[in-house]
Amino acid sequence: MRKRESSEHVVEVATPEFEKSAQKKESRRGLLMALPSYLYLILFFVIPLGIVLIYSFATRNRFGGTDLSGWNVESYERIAEPIVRTILFRSLWLAILTTVICLVIAYPFAYYLSTRKPTIRNVMLVFVMIPFWTNFLVRNYAWRVILGNDGPFTKVTEFFGLGTHELLFSQKAVVLGLVYGYLPFMILPLYAAIERIDGQLLEASRDLYGNGWQSFKNVLLPLSMPGVIAGSILVFVPSLGAYVTPEILGGAKTTLLGSYIVTQFLTARNWPFGAALSFVLMAVMLLMTIIYFRKGGRTL
Amino acid sequence: MTAAVELRAITKKFGDVIAVDSVDLTIEDGEFFSLLGPSGCGKTTTLRMIAGLEFPTEGSLSIFGEEVGTLAPNKRSVNTVFQNYALFPHLTVLDNVGFGLKMQGVAKKEIKERAMEMIELVQLAGLETRKPSQMSGGQQQRVALARALVNQPKVLLLDEPLGALDLKLRQEMQLELKKLQRDVGISFVFVTHDQEEALTMSDRIAVMHEGKLLQVASPEEIYESPANRFVADFIGRTNLLDGTTSNSETVILSNGTPIKAENTFPEGTKVSISIRPERTKITQRSESSDSLSSIEGTVETITYLGNARVYGVKFTWLSIEVRDENRPGLEVFNVGDDVTVHWEHDAISVVED
Repeated sequence: MRKRESSEHVVEVATPEFEKSAQKKESRRGLLMALPSYLYLILFFVIPLGIVLIYSFATRNRFGGTDLSGWNVESYERIAEPIVRTILFRSLWLAILTTVICLVIAYPFAYYLSTRKPTIRNVMLVFVMIPFWTNFLVRNYAWRVILGNDGPFTKVTEFFGLGTHELLFSQKAVVLGLVYGYLPFMILPLYAAIERIDGQLLEASRDLYGNGWQSFKNVLLPLSMPGVIAGSILVFVPSLGAYVTPEILGGAKTTLLGSYIVTQFLTARNWPFGAALSFVLMAVMLLMTIIYFRKGGRTL
Repeated sequence: MTAAVELRAITKKFGDVIAVDSVDLTIEDGEFFSLLGPSGCGKTTTLRMIAGLEFPTEGSLSIFGEEVGTLAPNKRSVNTVFQNYALFPHLTVLDNVGFGLKMQGVAKKEIKERAMEMIELVQLAGLETRKPSQMSGGQQQRVALARALVNQPKVLLLDEPLGALDLKLRQEMQLELKKLQRDVGISFVFVTHDQEEALTMSDRIAVMHEGKLLQVASPEEIYESPANRFVADFIGRTNLLDGTTSNSETVILSNGTPIKAENTFPEGTKVSISIRPERTKITQRSESSDSLSSIEGTVETITYLGNARVYGVKFTWLSIEVRDENRPGLEVFNVGDDVTVHWEHDAISVVED
């Protein structure tokens, strides 16, 4: 009896219908907020990418123009040519080398950073980011001066009797420049990943008879893997498509993918082939980014 | 017989802060030993020094006669159950438990056998392929125990291992831990800030405060003859009445009331009399009583606990707590009743300030 009495006084406020419509309103409001970004992405990313894709199947005419007819996959077949393959593998090799060197330099530093006091950490993180305050192009030209003929680097090696070393316009100079340019992209995700590892886990490893190396291999490294993956992709992807650094420090002898694509558009005037190369590069990067978001994205 | 762990004048400083101040301690083989004190008293630092996770600034530390002062933790035959268990989140239960054996280079087959045996011992059989995040707090606790014990350490160190569990589970684990300690037969060094937990489980308790060791004794002795005011106050509930010794039989309370209290302090020493709430009796004022073992007052507060009533009795100059077990036929008092609180001579202890 009492139950019935009290239920008469209950007024339903949040009915299922009401909640459904509230949810709809909420999602519509969200879409409105994201609209500028969507427009930007469609206008400057999706549409250009589509144009690149269309051009990659087009035909180059005799006068260096592009005929949007006679669709074919010739441009993609050309990627298998020895010259293109050499450039592709060279680019891949240098990107991998850059990534590995960055990893080896950044990991100990990121670990060291994560064990400092918070105030010192912040100061050091600022130091890591200071290079970004100067234009990337300017910094690359600075390396040209440092590594060039009679530059500080040669002077130092001569002074120590190590002979005259000319690094400029070699693959070494390119890797050096790339490592210099992208090292912060390795340090930051590694630091973020290592910093959140509970220090007690390393103590537990030591307590359970693990020596320093064993503790690194069995505890620290596996737990910081998301950071390793994230940092590696963040360094590998731009290294693979790098244009500015190889142009400035690599000279004419070591053509990399970025420069080769530019050549196709500006010098060789073979837009379909340039578009095909761009698209393949983009696909590789997209693939890496997907891996990054699935495996390492959580750490950032 | 050599002691399991021996600390001689151990001091640990962190910069200018003295965390552990010249502690002498002997832990016998096979005993359940508790380090008890409020947070920041140095108990965890002491444990970490035994584990090798901190090195003493001064003093000598030996485990079964072997000096280990600055020996790395991986070279000591002790293992630790960490406060938040510190289980490896990327490893399964089986790999967590087998971790220590793997680090020591034990053959894979033997690791699996011994780890499985230990997992069964802590009643986690069937869960060995789970990750720590898929387990409850109590189960994680057992994994941490198994992970330490599988290495057959000479001493097991436990850093507030029950702190994260809820009351009911904690009480269950207390009994289980005690049983486990008896079964494996090695000494357990148990750090806790919970005096009840320490009393329940320990063979001996060391009470620490501000880096110093105040008393090392059995639970009974700690409770019944505390070494000083801090220990009396920290262990269990008690009433502390300030006074001065007048002779070996009598203490004059600060308002001039003489109380019969046997003591060994010289005349005129400032002391406190510790009277446990459950050792007192509360009666109507009219009844005649031995004035040297009683005081008269008025009931001020009543707290009903179910199994007991705790009366706050107000005297002209102080209030004390009286605990009356809830037995049938018990006389119940109300707020404002005039009462007499009395006790047996041996129910009190005299402690130095």
